[in-house]
Amino acid sequence: MNEIIPNSLRNGPDGRGRFGEFGGRFVAETLMPLILELEAAYEAAKADPSFQTELDYYLKHYVGRPSALWFAERLTKELGGAKIYLKRDELNHTGAHKINNCLGQILLARRMGKTRIIAETGAGQHGVATATVCALFGLPCTVYMGAVDVERQKPNVFRMKLLGAEVIPVSSGAGTLKDAMNDAMRDWVANVRDTFYIIGTAAGPHPYPAMVRDFQCVIGNEAKAQLQEAEGRLPDVAIAAIGGGSNAIGLFHPFLDDAGVRLIGVEAAGHGLDSGEHAASLSRGRPGVLHGNRTYLLQNEDGQIQEAHSISAGLDYPGIGPEHSWLHDIGRVEYVAITDKEALAAFQLCTRTEGIIPALEPSHALAHVAKIAGAMNKDEIVLMNLCGRGDKDIFAVAQHLGVEL
Amino acid sequence: MSRIAGVFAGLKAQGRAALIPFVEAYDPNRETSLALLRGMAENGADIIEIGVPFTDPMADGPTIQAAGRRALEAGASLAGVLGLVREFRAGNAHTPLVLMGYLNPILSYGVARFCADAATAGVDGLIVVDLPTEEADLLLPDAAKNELDVIRLIAPTTSDTRLPLVLAGSSGFVYYVSITGITGTRTASAADLARDIPRIRAVTNLPIAVGFGVRTPQQAAVVAQHADAAIVASALIEKLCKSDVASVLADVAALAAGVHAAVRTSV
Repeated sequence: MNEIIPNSLRNGPDGRGRFGEFGGRFVAETLMPLILELEAAYEAAKADPSFQTELDYYLKHYVGRPSALWFAERLTKELGGAKIYLKRDELNHTGAHKINNCLGQILLARRMGKTRIIAETGAGQHGVATATVCALFGLPCTVYMGAVDVERQKPNVFRMKLLGAEVIPVSSGAGTLKDAMNDAMRDWVANVRDTFYIIGTAAGPHPYPAMVRDFQCVIGNEAKAQLQEAEGRLPDVAIAAIGGGSNAIGLFHPFLDDAGVRLIGVEAAGHGLDSGEHAASLSRGRPGVLHGNRTYLLQNEDGQIQEAHSISAGLDYPGIGPEHSWLHDIGRVEYVAITDKEALAAFQLCTRTEGIIPALEPSHALAHVAKIAGAMNKDEIVLMNLCGRGDKDIFAVAQHLGVEL
Repeated sequence: MSRIAGVFAGLKAQGRAALIPFVEAYDPNRETSLALLRGMAENGADIIEIGVPFTDPMADGPTIQAAGRRALEAGASLAGVLGLVREFRAGNAHTPLVLMGYLNPILSYGVARFCADAATAGVDGLIVVDLPTEEADLLLPDAAKNELDVIRLIAPTTSDTRLPLVLAGSSGFVYYVSITGITGTRTASAADLARDIPRIRAVTNLPIAVGFGVRTPQQAAVVAQHADAAIVASALIEKLCKSDVASVLADVAALAAGVHAAVRTSV
């Protein structure tokens, strides 16, 4: 998986878990031995073909992979430019890309003999995916979720409970994803011997950013092969939404060395980049250390972390995976931002033209597709990761559209 | 000899252990913190640990989390904490002060500038919770240049083979996190300490301080029997919340009496 190729952008991280100056392992000493144990176990699993075989089995028969690559013909016509292909990871079991990573990590947890799983969740998608794989393998599961998110994502809380997970509302801080991650880390510190922490995005201390990326690369690898079959070539643009950045890095990574493919990550601009209420760590943040890694963060002049805002709870995080910070600084990936309003419009556009209700997270990516596709040539190709379905969001969308359900 | 080394050398000559109480800076305001620092130094604190508030204190339990939130609401900043140290130091040249906090405010301040300013203000040592030995090269050169001790955390999960690596470049004292968990929750037993402390003594001559879950004079005395210092934080913060500065200082005096009367079984 990590074959060393000279001059490749795909060799990271280095031995210290860094992508350029980003990443690393900034955790308390209590956790450090665990992080090192996890790294060794993951390296051993990667070198063991039976691990990949086992993962492939579950991805195929349980998740339903490969997910389809869909030529969005009506959307293409409506926008009047480039051909738009949607990588349909919203068709996965549990409705989003999160399950790809959860399966990889729980198989690793089993190899390591861990008997208890914890996770953090924002919108609840990662919590549901984690609770799902725990039900599948019969492991006890505790999910930390900000008290505010528990309130605004009730259906997912109920799903997790049905799946047998214990959901612990976190009221520290602003009661959102960042605070849930703090409490998950506190749980891990207190339960080091038996517990495996399934982090939901490509962030956290090394080896998480690399490991989560590797498990999500199935998205880009499949899409690359599927597009080759459909069009006989690479896309001109590959685009994905970014909160922590796991679906985006999964799409981008297989294309990093294809210089002709323009890669675009879409952050959440919330009420606007200059409103002070957004989740655009790259556009408006600066480098710092939080949750075990050095990366771009929303923070004040004193290094205190600021709350993020987005209509999409899944993008509502003041940091971003360290590999994205590096790809931003070296200029390989362009990072743009889309507001709540633009995402809502794209949500409706996709639903109306394609009969696909997207989650609010990929609606951000779609809004940027809508901005650029019309100006592109008709023989050009845009590949977008439709990383989650919007069933979970219909209540929030109804509220924003002033509709009472 | 640094102020910290001087204190431990003096205590060793007397056959005593040290009491290290904790103050979360600016909880609930600056004046209270200054009164606590001054009062603790007069009521038996041998060294004082000052918590630097951070929005995301991942190794801390509910008590210190809440203290940090109150402090930030009161306008705490890293520069403000250094100002507090300067003001304390103007009237006290002998009690060592150790700042305990998280890395990001230091990065934001600038590591080189922070170490220089901290030393000038009168800080003696630094404990940076989320800076493990693997990343410590980020801080060690500037700390050394300014003669600041970098105090390392050792946990029950730190293996014997890992100990020398963790202790490389550490100075002042060693902070033994006596439980696997967050601050202010569980308490290590005498048997735990009798098992764990010699493991650390085998690889370092630095004094060993024990923290996390030390709450009462009795528990502090147990720590003092095995280690060189007892660190008490959450219990004092809770007392401050419920009562006032005077009752915190009374507790500090009682803790100091417990620590200082302890019959030392090792060293």
